[in-house]
Amino acid sequence: MTSDVIAFIVVFAAAILFFSWSCYRRFGLVLKGRPDNRFDAVHKRFWNMLFYAFGQRRVVSKPFGINHFVLFWAFMVLLIANAEFLLNGLAPDVISYSRLPDGAYFTLACIFDIVSVLALLSVILAVIRRLTFPPPHTEARSRDAFIILGMVGFLMIAFFGMHASEIARGTERAADYMFISNFGASIIPSGASVGSLETAANVFWWIHAVVLLSFLNYLPYSKHMHVLASIPNCFFKSLEKIKTQSREEFARENTFGVGQVEQFPWKGLFDSYACTECGRCSDVCPATFTGKPLEPRLLIHDIKVNLLKNGPGDGGEVLPLIGGDGEGSVSEEVLWECTTCGACMEVCPVFIEHVPRIVDMRRNLVEMKAKFPEELLTLFENMEQRSNPWGIAPAERTKWAADINVQPFEAGKTEYLFYIGCAGAFDARNRHTTLSVVKILDAGGVSWGTLGRDELCCGESLRRLGNEYVFDNMARENIKMFEEKGIKKIITQCPHCYSTLKNDYKQYGADLEVVHHTEFINSLIKEGKLKLNASGDLGNVVFHDSCYLGRYNLIYDAPRQVVAAATGKAPTEMERNRDKAFCCGAGGGRMWMEEHEGTLINVARVEEALEKKAETICVCCPYCMTMFDDGLKDKDAAEEVRVLDLAEIVAKALSE
Amino acid sequence: MLVVACVKQVPDTTQVKVDPVTGTLIREGVPFIMNPYDTHALEESLRLKDKYGFRVAVISMGPPTAEVTLRKTQALGADEAILLSDRAFGGADTLATSMVLAEAVRKLAEKEELAIIMCGRQTIDGDTAQVGPGIASRLGCSQLTLVDRIEEVDVKNKQVKVRRKLEGRHEIVVAPLPAMIAVLREINNPRYPTVPMRLMAEDADIALWDNKEMNIDEQTIGLKGSATQVRKIFSPERTKGQILGDETDKPEDVARSLIDKMKEKDLLSL
Repeated sequence: MTSDVIAFIVVFAAAILFFSWSCYRRFGLVLKGRPDNRFDAVHKRFWNMLFYAFGQRRVVSKPFGINHFVLFWAFMVLLIANAEFLLNGLAPDVISYSRLPDGAYFTLACIFDIVSVLALLSVILAVIRRLTFPPPHTEARSRDAFIILGMVGFLMIAFFGMHASEIARGTERAADYMFISNFGASIIPSGASVGSLETAANVFWWIHAVVLLSFLNYLPYSKHMHVLASIPNCFFKSLEKIKTQSREEFARENTFGVGQVEQFPWKGLFDSYACTECGRCSDVCPATFTGKPLEPRLLIHDIKVNLLKNGPGDGGEVLPLIGGDGEGSVSEEVLWECTTCGACMEVCPVFIEHVPRIVDMRRNLVEMKAKFPEELLTLFENMEQRSNPWGIAPAERTKWAADINVQPFEAGKTEYLFYIGCAGAFDARNRHTTLSVVKILDAGGVSWGTLGRDELCCGESLRRLGNEYVFDNMARENIKMFEEKGIKKIITQCPHCYSTLKNDYKQYGADLEVVHHTEFINSLIKEGKLKLNASGDLGNVVFHDSCYLGRYNLIYDAPRQVVAAATGKAPTEMERNRDKAFCCGAGGGRMWMEEHEGTLINVARVEEALEKKAETICVCCPYCMTMFDDGLKDKDAAEEVRVLDLAEIVAKALSE
Repeated sequence: MLVVACVKQVPDTTQVKVDPVTGTLIREGVPFIMNPYDTHALEESLRLKDKYGFRVAVISMGPPTAEVTLRKTQALGADEAILLSDRAFGGADTLATSMVLAEAVRKLAEKEELAIIMCGRQTIDGDTAQVGPGIASRLGCSQLTLVDRIEEVDVKNKQVKVRRKLEGRHEIVVAPLPAMIAVLREINNPRYPTVPMRLMAEDADIALWDNKEMNIDEQTIGLKGSATQVRKIFSPERTKGQILGDETDKPEDVARSLIDKMKEKDLLSL
């Protein structure tokens, strides 16, 4: 055994021991989180991992994602090369892929050579990008980022240096297949002695070894923990789209929401390790976009920093999770700025679950501390006492139908319950939508009825705002009423009611077929039950996706098809549309709060619609309706541009 | 020291309709709530608890169903809640009501030094604003009405300094303890209950005091002790105004025509 081998065994053992210890400490912290079963349907999880991690499905949706794809796969291939490299270093006489038959050896040598240069090129490209046209957030240019890129670059240079020296020395029998290394050898001055070439190869070998092991040990201590955590994170990803929050059990001994980092489910903690701070979430966040302190990327980063600070202790909180203003703490205002639009989760390449974490922390503020923006006090009391956000007397729920004849829902006689929703019943503007839906249902010969004054609020805003206790009571009360009245099929006109009745109430075992009016109208049209006179009266119709229809429930095509049928022309798309649509600003209970920081979200969205020369803006949600109406007034465009609900557009096109 | 907060469970009057035929209130299906003014009295009591460490007892006279309201006060942080309920208390006007409440306060004060009796300005069902002062008269203690700020409770010298809101001015008053304070709604923003407190309140003990316990002369309480007799309840005839313009008018035009009308009626002479 040569002294080189002995030295390497020592270095290798130290590096592996330290790496194992680091992983044990860091990943051990994750186990402090609350239980969360992410080991079911292993099959499906495995495929998710293949598709999203190895397939880089979401990563490549952006131009530089292709760079990441190349680097990722270069890594995968070089993992084999480097495993061989390390084992060969430990036992040079036993393990070496040069012992393979010529064909196999030449192929591998060729592949490793090409892949290494690809890795080097993508690293160079990444560095150039960070230096010349970096992504908007400053962390992309952090020391961390350059250290890791530098290490990878060095690793590749050492790889080529080592092989070039050996080729020049004439000891590499695959030289003809290692194009890049061969090129490297050709630029070595021909006068170099065999001894100096051997030394060079040896030096490059050691550089390669040391950089490789340093890289490994640097990972757990940097944002590049991502390298270790993101593949499993795709395995642990939620099997269903995230469209609701988890239930809470209201037992006396429990605490509610998350006020300390280890109260998160373990997956929430693991998420923070998987994040490499690419910033795609922040790029699409309506709060970040309008200059508010909430940045989903920072929120996840703060969770990680908090875990690393507080986790190793024995329960005592060194750094507050909520309320502090430095790194590792999330301020209260940040938590209240989220519209729960879900754009962050839609783009995250490694499926980090931002919104549930925000709601977890909101719950802690509301349920444990009764701390929330003052506008919400009135909302909470109104909801609890009068079951609507405005606190209007429930007797006025039927006022929208003052001039028409509406039948109550009767089990056996009526097929569908038309669940009007608070906005549809109380809000003057949205009552027009309600009346339009009625007109369409009647024209389509649908058997429907309402709950009249007995209808209660679904509690959606409360759930998103973290007032789970009151939501829980409202959900139970509603489900009990639906059961008692024999209600099975429900039509809603509000995507928030829709998603709540459909997805949130499912957690309570409610067996309901819930349909939003967009889908319902679309099927009426397809079945030929509505006679529409398409006219161009509405001018250029720009369509706005509601978050709770689109991203939450994947209803993208139905409203577009309906607009096309009712106007004779497909709607104009905004720059950000479908799964990338920009929120109106009212989700997540933001409807009931003021925007104190930055610019207004609804105005930003209205500007986007105006860029498309909108004459009519088509919405499918009462909140969006209000936000667009207000935004147009802010832009002094309310005279020229109208906002119409999809149902209103269809009702206008109905032949009398 | 003790603060006694008086609360009443009232029908949510915004939801009460008058039967057009009989002229009586239709109470069926109308939810009951804590009298909104009393939520501020309770909040102020709890703030004194936070600030001075006083103990807060809440009393309410009403039917057994009023227990719900008392539970809510416990969820907010009241230390003790007592329901004063007896058929003999029924049908009481403000005179007879203040008799029972005053007696309850007297009983509580036997065991613990009384600092303040906190009442809302008035209830939203009766709207008399007489019960608070009635309690103070019966107990012979200081009477501070229309209070919109408690400046200070001076425990050592046994006095309280409050600000009263009068028409167009404020008045700072110092009065000896014990004192009855009737608060205005602007005095504070009531707190919101935490979930652990709500769960605790779900099975907290609510004491029930009937007249066996209280032992008040039955001629002074309930219907018998009431000086008020209700002849008739009716909605006042509303002389309907006239709606000018319609919703399509520009706000500026509506405002202008409104100002013209007001000028015409000489409502703007300054």
